[in-house]
Amino acid sequence: MNLRKWAACLLLSAGIFVLQAQQQNPPAPDQPTRPPAQPADQPGAHENGSQASPQPAAQNNQNSPELPENVREIIRTAMGIGAPPNPEAAARGQKTFVATCGFCHGTNATGGAQGPNLVRSTMVLHDQGTGKEIAPVIHSGRPEKGMPGFAGLTDDQVHDIAQFLLGRTQAAANRMEYTIQNIVTGDPHAGEAYFQAHCAECHSPTGDLSHIAGKFDPVALEGRFLYPANNPYGMGPPPDPRALKHVTVTLPSGMKYSGVLAHLDDFSVAMRDDSGAYRSWVYDDVQGIHVEVHDPLEQHLKLLRQYSDAEMHNILAYLETLK
Amino acid sequence: MNLKAAACLMFLLPVGMAAQGLDPQAILHPVPGSWPTYNGDYSGRRYSPLAQIHQGNVRDLRLAWVYHVDTGPSASPWGPQIKSTPLEVDGVLYFTVPDHAWAVDARTGREIWHYKWDSKGGIHIGNRGVGIYHDWLFFETPDDHLVSLDKNTGKFRWAVEIADLNLEYFSTPAPMVINNHILVGVGGDSLDDPGYLEARDPETGAVQWRFNTEPRPGEPGSETWPDAQSMEHGGGMTWLSGTYDPELNLLFWGTGNPNPVHAPQSRKGDNLYTCSIVALNPDSGKLVWYFQPSPHDTHDWDNVETPVILDAEIDGKPRKLLAQAARNGYFFLLDRTNGKQLVTQPFDPDLNWSKGVNATGQPIPDAAKEPKTDGALVNPASGGATNWPPPSFDPQTGLFYLSATPSYSVYYLTDTSEHPEGYGGRDSPVWAQSELVALDAKTGKVRWRHIYPEESDSLAGILTTAGKLLFTGDPSGNVIAFDPVGGKPLWHAVLTSSVSNGPMTYELDGRQYLVVGAGDTLYAFTVSSK
Repeated sequence: MNLRKWAACLLLSAGIFVLQAQQQNPPAPDQPTRPPAQPADQPGAHENGSQASPQPAAQNNQNSPELPENVREIIRTAMGIGAPPNPEAAARGQKTFVATCGFCHGTNATGGAQGPNLVRSTMVLHDQGTGKEIAPVIHSGRPEKGMPGFAGLTDDQVHDIAQFLLGRTQAAANRMEYTIQNIVTGDPHAGEAYFQAHCAECHSPTGDLSHIAGKFDPVALEGRFLYPANNPYGMGPPPDPRALKHVTVTLPSGMKYSGVLAHLDDFSVAMRDDSGAYRSWVYDDVQGIHVEVHDPLEQHLKLLRQYSDAEMHNILAYLETLK
Repeated sequence: MNLKAAACLMFLLPVGMAAQGLDPQAILHPVPGSWPTYNGDYSGRRYSPLAQIHQGNVRDLRLAWVYHVDTGPSASPWGPQIKSTPLEVDGVLYFTVPDHAWAVDARTGREIWHYKWDSKGGIHIGNRGVGIYHDWLFFETPDDHLVSLDKNTGKFRWAVEIADLNLEYFSTPAPMVINNHILVGVGGDSLDDPGYLEARDPETGAVQWRFNTEPRPGEPGSETWPDAQSMEHGGGMTWLSGTYDPELNLLFWGTGNPNPVHAPQSRKGDNLYTCSIVALNPDSGKLVWYFQPSPHDTHDWDNVETPVILDAEIDGKPRKLLAQAARNGYFFLLDRTNGKQLVTQPFDPDLNWSKGVNATGQPIPDAAKEPKTDGALVNPASGGATNWPPPSFDPQTGLFYLSATPSYSVYYLTDTSEHPEGYGGRDSPVWAQSELVALDAKTGKVRWRHIYPEESDSLAGILTTAGKLLFTGDPSGNVIAFDPVGGKPLWHAVLTSSVSNGPMTYELDGRQYLVVGAGDTLYAFTVSSK
């Protein structure tokens, strides 16, 4: 489904909301508002690399200070995900589950040697964290399938297990909070050689890129060097103002105007000149108008069409050395 | 009463109860100038024979009316988006946004009725509209109900559940009416659910048949999955209306991506019938043929894009054809009698995920471009090189038109376990460009490409008309009329939002109307002189 753009639009709206609500760093008038950076490389990812983290979603959330809770809530609503489990109950439930159920169903509830995956079990999904649907099965077992009953578990313990399972299904369903693993795998020396050959004309490791790796996490840094603008739905921070397009408009009279491009479509152009004044022209009404756009990102787009994955990884590895 | 008599009565009863309104037989031969289905007719061409608005007067198009939808508090913070194509039946337009349906006077834009469904939840990403059978109107809801209303009053008849909300299904397509079958597709790929398409009874909503997009163990196609588990959780949603050839009595439907979406390690194989075009008998739901444009998809490239019916001479012989511009960046031309491929041609010049085309005309996915833990840079992004916004085939030019978004994304695998879940990965969009592309329908070769100046991954639907015009929208909020031969813009108007649906047209009292949806508003245009 084409949810990505939509969910990220939400993030954008939410981001605006958050900025307004907190009155932090209101965007400059000319700068489009961008969504807050998304979590990347969260600590606490499960060792085997599964996003099926053993922690309930609600606890995972604390690992993503960049994403405010109200934004997270809007994403949950947009993705059709209900209220999160109670974190304490889910944590207790996880302990009980691992000790009592984990041997057959796997410690992550994704299925084991004998028991099925419970994260996408219809019964568990209908239970919705209440414990009411799963209680009879836990208490009486399914002897015909070799599952023993656990009559000794109290209703509270079953409820805790249900809360743990709710967190697990929500973590699987909410891809906006998936944890991206280590992406710094390339060869920094090869990356440096590529940089010197293709990027050094505009960028310098001791100048504009000094300590760049300390400013952005690796996923954001990768998105940023690939194409530093027009990434409103990606996982990167706002674009560098140096990426803004400039435009020179020459009128039939010979009069020239230059400034930062504010709008461009097939029928009109608009800019903001050095004094901050806004000007626009409709092509139909200014026959003979000449519009020249200067795109500082042309080289980025050219390289984007050429990168091998190895080159992408190497460049990132090199930039990561610029702590 | 004997059984035979009872069966006879059952057959007669529905006709007696719903003898008025839009007879399904009338959809087979639409009244010229009406728009009785999502695509205007069964072919999916979105070509109208109307020519009152033409190249000579298009610059005089003027606003006839505006209808602004008011949904009250919305589940989406930016408000409702009209993605549905209105149906025009007997002077009334019928359209939807999630949980809402409207009837609006097609001549004046005045509201006739507004129905609101009380939602239990689900993803409210969009709704493509309604289907009409006699006096009954049908639409689907985010919480997986098929709702039926009286089209004249908006009064509720009944609602039936068509999928399980707790399993994270949600439903967006416009139901499609063929004879006495209401075809309902489903969506949702958050939790590895199996996809299906159902025919429902227009009187009761009862299931007439169900086509499962995954085979069951032992059935043909099951050899393209490693085990029963992977098939049971294999995805393949059916979230866009299909097309229908009444002569062949074949229904053509596109299916969505397999699950887990980006983490394919538990579903080695081609994963039939996901990312496919399936041809079904609409009376039985039985599979007649299939073609799979994206074998073993790992990039979320649902193959639901409209399979467009067209006839043309190829090598001097008249052929019954089916054309699709797929989300994976390729244009496909098939023989619609048997599904055999004739053309496979990329329309996205920079796509980099395929190693070529195999003997049956399918792209060969490059495993190196599957999502990786440290990222794979792939063109196109997960939104695809095109998507659901309707394309158009113009028989006057022989060209197939689509909105395209060549784009790059880094695809990260996040779930490396043996049995991943849900998406199992994410993609980070890097760059996109929005285009209108005209292809030679017989060869798939690009005839012209209009790149919109504003960098965007925005797409709009397309309408062509006998007035030698192509209507669509750009990413900058313009509705535009293009010359379909050369691709030159002839007229435009700035709307409050970019075109968000497929433009449609109809004629009433000798006047042709053009209607587009842009965000939360419908705009109708006409020319002054008839």
